Amino acid sequence: MASKAQTMPAGLRLLTSAFIVIWLIMAAFPFLWTLWGSFKVELDFFSIADWTNALTGANTKDTYGVPFTGAGYEGAWVENHFWRNVINTFIICFFVVCTSLTIGTLGGYALSRSGFKYVFWLLIIALIFRAMPPITLVAGYMLPFFEWNVWGILPTAIIVLVAINQPFTLWMLHSFFQNIPKELDESAKVDGCTQFQAFRHVIIPVMWPGVITTGLFSFLLAYNDFAVTAMLLSESNRTMVPQIAAFLGTTYTEGNVMFAVAAVVSATAPLFVLVMFFQRQIVSGLTAGAVKG
Amino acid sequence: MKHRTFFWFFLPTGLAMLLFIAAPIVSVVMQSVFAPHEAVFETVENCGPFGCKEETVINQDATRALREAEPLGRFVGLDIYFDRGHLAIAEVGEAWRGSDSMGAFFDRLGNLPFYRAIGFTLTYTFVTVPLLILLGLMIALAVNSLHRHLKGLVIFFSLLPMIVTPIIGALILFWMIDSRGIIGNLIIYLSGDPTLSLKASTSLMWISIIIYGIWHSAPFAFVVFYAGLQTLPKDQIEAAQIDGASRFQQLRFVVVPHLMPLVTFVTLIKLMDNFRVFEEIVGFNAQAHATSLSWIIFNDLSGETQQLSSAATTSVLTILGVAILLSPVLVRTWRDFRGRAH
Repeated sequence: MASKAQTMPAGLRLLTSAFIVIWLIMAAFPFLWTLWGSFKVELDFFSIADWTNALTGANTKDTYGVPFTGAGYEGAWVENHFWRNVINTFIICFFVVCTSLTIGTLGGYALSRSGFKYVFWLLIIALIFRAMPPITLVAGYMLPFFEWNVWGILPTAIIVLVAINQPFTLWMLHSFFQNIPKELDESAKVDGCTQFQAFRHVIIPVMWPGVITTGLFSFLLAYNDFAVTAMLLSESNRTMVPQIAAFLGTTYTEGNVMFAVAAVVSATAPLFVLVMFFQRQIVSGLTAGAVKG
Repeated sequence: MKHRTFFWFFLPTGLAMLLFIAAPIVSVVMQSVFAPHEAVFETVENCGPFGCKEETVINQDATRALREAEPLGRFVGLDIYFDRGHLAIAEVGEAWRGSDSMGAFFDRLGNLPFYRAIGFTLTYTFVTVPLLILLGLMIALAVNSLHRHLKGLVIFFSLLPMIVTPIIGALILFWMIDSRGIIGNLIIYLSGDPTLSLKASTSLMWISIIIYGIWHSAPFAFVVFYAGLQTLPKDQIEAAQIDGASRFQQLRFVVVPHLMPLVTFVTLIKLMDNFRVFEEIVGFNAQAHATSLSWIIFNDLSGETQQLSSAATTSVLTILGVAILLSPVLVRTWRDFRGRAH
């Protein structure tokens, strides 16, 4: 219940609302603009003569008779086989999330239940690993991967992404498991369970909220990665993000920027859906680390 | 938990990190002190109908044998660290002696790729972080005063800039600031200079990337601060009101101190994250104006001839930089852990 003293004066209220509106425009407008523009021809999206062309689609109308066209999407998805990159991305994301959660849960659980000193050092090492830019490791992968002939294929990228993901997953799940009372699995052990049985029958049923949150961030890391996938995948196995970067190199010369625009919109759409459904988990995941310190 | 059980639980994740993070670090350090073998030359006498002449050719067999015998290359110690592409000791020394003012010295330093990258990375990091914290705090305070039904919607849209793939977010903004894009058009209209192009000017490009960085990271600060505001002690605010504190004084003396640990947290995380600035540069196609250490590594690796040694050296230097930035976090974690143990 807001007391009278806490209600804002009208001027401040107006200022706050105006600020929120400005921020919302800053946050959302670029996406809406690009989405709208992706259905136009290049001359409208990049209009020299009159910026309102981008809204009305004057040149698109001249070319296609209607102010909207799917030509950019057709060029990206059909001509440039962007669907292959989409499939690659989802294969990578699926396996990265599954593997990284499986081994991360085991490790995070062990870290939260062991009181020995090495737990601290393992967490510190994980923190250092988390802070390192992934690209610094890539030079170290190149030679061995060429040597073993595993460069360029999806499983290699999956394993590397899983490993890069581990430090963050461990930290997240470690703090999450610490919030699950120790008494739960202790009592199972008193009843004669081994540690693993206690984990399986007592902890697994209650761990899903934390695991889903962690999984979301693993997904985002794999989905958004550019450094590793761009360097470690061959051209035919590329995921979406490096493919979009590759589009730019070629399309600026061919004048097909709209392919890249359509690809960008296609790659952003799944993220929108993700935020829509998992907003609460994302927010709680972001704050979990902060509140724990 | 017994050591043995711990070992088996931790084995898969430990192995993954050992093989794909720890081992590559060792490999990177090794590669940075070795350079590829030079080809073995030999002089052969080539006799034809017009007499004999001496030629220098590459002895393929000997070269291959040498490369196989020592696959790492030849040991060069710290030579690569000190060459022109990296720390450039000789050039820095010369610039120091040759310039009469600090300004001239930094100018000459800016021509060396490593210092150019460091210059941009540090500017980017230390300009972006305070501004994104300020913006995040303002959004958090504003959203907190909103009606409950609106909050969810505002949070949804606020999360978008953060969640979007960095390179894609950079591209979206890059297309808008293009001189034919909407923001580019607006800037030209406002400045009245039809030839103005953000892409052509180094300082405008830096500003664009920094604005992008703030746009991309402010939502993180916002979400963290917003969560902190939910735990704000009501009685302290009320006590401040009774004492006659103005709205600003309440903010300054109650709210901000309450959020201070979170400010430290966001600062540390974002210092580390922004130090890796890289995808932004690729997205903005800005390498002519701004480079970063990560970008140099990427560039070394993706060229026609992969310069592994050079990339490895920059990688080691980057890791050292991260370690320096990270040391306060480590000290803090150490103190936390000690505190919990007692």
